[in-house]
Amino acid sequence: MEWETVIGLEIHAQLSTKSKIFSSAATKFGQEPNSQACAVDLGLPGVLPVLNVEVVNKAIKFGLAVGAHINQRNIFDRKNYFYPDLPKGYQISQMDIPIVGEGEIEITVDNEIKVVGITRAHLEEDAGKSVHDMFNEYTAIDLNRAGTPLLEIVSDPDMRSAKEAVAYAKKIHALVQYIDICDGNMQEGSFRCDANVSIRPMGQEELGTRAELKNINSFKFLERAINLEVERQQDILEEGGSVLQETRLYDAVKHQTRSMRSKEEANDYRYFPDPDLLPVEISDELMASIKATLPELPVEKKARFIADLGLNEYDADILTSQKSLADYFEATLKGNEKNAKLCANWVMGELSALLNKNQLEIEQSHVSAQALSQLVARIGDDTISGKIAKDVFKAMWEGEGSADSIIESKGLKQMTDTGAIEAIVDEIIANNSPQVEQFKSGNEKILGFFVGQAMKASQGKANPKLLNELLRKKLS
Amino acid sequence: MSLSEQQVTQIAYLARLSLSGDELKDNTQDLNAILGLAEQLGAINTDGIEPMAHPLHMTQRLRADVITEVDQSEVFQSIAPNTGNKHYLVPTVIE
Repeated sequence: MEWETVIGLEIHAQLSTKSKIFSSAATKFGQEPNSQACAVDLGLPGVLPVLNVEVVNKAIKFGLAVGAHINQRNIFDRKNYFYPDLPKGYQISQMDIPIVGEGEIEITVDNEIKVVGITRAHLEEDAGKSVHDMFNEYTAIDLNRAGTPLLEIVSDPDMRSAKEAVAYAKKIHALVQYIDICDGNMQEGSFRCDANVSIRPMGQEELGTRAELKNINSFKFLERAINLEVERQQDILEEGGSVLQETRLYDAVKHQTRSMRSKEEANDYRYFPDPDLLPVEISDELMASIKATLPELPVEKKARFIADLGLNEYDADILTSQKSLADYFEATLKGNEKNAKLCANWVMGELSALLNKNQLEIEQSHVSAQALSQLVARIGDDTISGKIAKDVFKAMWEGEGSADSIIESKGLKQMTDTGAIEAIVDEIIANNSPQVEQFKSGNEKILGFFVGQAMKASQGKANPKLLNELLRKKLS
Repeated sequence: MSLSEQQVTQIAYLARLSLSGDELKDNTQDLNAILGLAEQLGAINTDGIEPMAHPLHMTQRLRADVITEVDQSEVFQSIAPNTGNKHYLVPTVIE
C-alpha cells in the first residue's frame, strides 16, 4: 500500500532575555549548578511570578513576523505534573488563549514553494535539568534552567516528508535569529524540535495515530528520526497492527526511537488559569512600536535580492537561509554592487566549500567579508582573472594577507598590456603552424589549444578576454 | 456532571494524594457538591460572555528585563533534604 506521511512540529525557542520569564534571576548558559535559581524559580512558599516585558515583546515580534493574529488579551495557565526538575509541581504555560494565534510561513523544497500553517505560539517557562549519571543512587537536579522563557511554536500538520519538516524547522530557526528573539543554539538547547509523526493510506482524509518524537537536537537527527519513525509505523500497519499514541525518545547513537512510557500515565495535565498571574493586555501602541523594530525579514530580503540584485531564486534562497550568511554576503557586496552574481558565486562557492571542509560556521571564516569584497573587486576591475583569484583566496585563507598585498607580492596582476600579450601570441603562432592550419581549415576547437599555450607562457596572467580577441585577429 | 469514585481516585493519584476509603467517599461527595454549585450556571445564557480568567479586573504588570537576583544557592540548599556537587539530590528517576 502507498502511505502518506503527516508531520507537525513543536519548536521550543528560548527567548534571548537577560533574566527569566517570571523572576529576575539570570538566564546565562553554563553557569555553576543552581547559582541562577532564585526563590521564585525554586517555587518556595510565598513568592509570586512577575512577567518579563521583553518576553512579551519578543513573542509579539515573532507573531508579527509570521503574519499571525496577536491575542491582545492572553492568559497564563498551570500545566500540572510531577517531576523532580519542576519544583512547583506545575509549569506556567498558555493553553486557551496563547499570545500568538494563527500564522504561516513559506518553505522551499525541491524548488517548490509551500506554505506551512502555524497553529499558535505560546509562552511558557522551561523546567530544570535532571542529571542521571552523576550519582549512583540519586538523580541530581540543576534548576538554573527553570524559569527560562520559551516560545513554543506549534505548526499545523502540513508537512508531508522529513525533508519538508527540516525545511520548515530551518526556516523558523533562521527567522528567530533574523528578528533577534533567540540565539538558535541547538547544542545548548536554545532551539529544540519535537515532531508529531503519523502515516495514512494515500488519499485518506482522516489522520492516522501519531507518535511524538522528542530529544532531537539537530536538523540531521530530525530528518533521520522522522524517516525511522515512518518506517516503524509502516511495518506495524502492514503487519496488521496499530500504532500507539505515545511519546518516543530518539537515540542518535543507536539510531532508534524508544517508547517513553513514564510520561504517558501522567498525560492529564489539568490545565487551569494561573491565579498568580493576571491576564496580559497588549496595547495597539505597543504592537505598533514593535512592528517598527522588525528588521527586513528573510522572505523580504530574498525578494529584494532577486528584484534589485538580479540574483536567481535558488541563489537568493540560499543566501537568505541564515542571517549570518546574508549579512556576510551583503558586506561582500559593498563596493561590488554591479557584480552581485559574482559575490554570490564566491560566497556560495569557494567560501562555503572551505567552510564545509574545515567544519566552520560562517562567523568563524578565516576570510572576512571585507577581505573577500576586495578580492571580488579585483576580479571586477580586471586586475586578476577568476582563476588566479582562487589561488589568491586560498592564500588569504592561510593568513598570507589581503587580496591586494598577495596580488602584489606574488606578482599576479593580470597582463592587460596588449603589446605584451601580442608578443606571446605571435610566438605561439610562429611555433605551432600545424595547429594554425587546422584552425584556418575551420577547426574552431583548436583555439583552446592556443589559449592554453598563451596562459602557460604568461603564467596565467594574460587577460582572457584580451587574449581571445588577439588570437582570433591574428589567426584569421 | 458528577464524578465517580474511580475518577476521584485517578485525580488523587495525579495530585499524589493518598485517600483512605472514607476519605475517598467524603471527597467524592464534596467535589460533586462543588460541581453541582457550578452547574447552576448552566441555567444562564452565557453566549458571547468572555470566560473570566481572574476575579480581579486588572491586567498583568510587567517588569523590566533586569537581573537583580544574586546567588543564594547555599542558603537555599541548607534547607534541602539532600544535596551534592551543588545539585539537589532526589531518589533516582528512571526514564
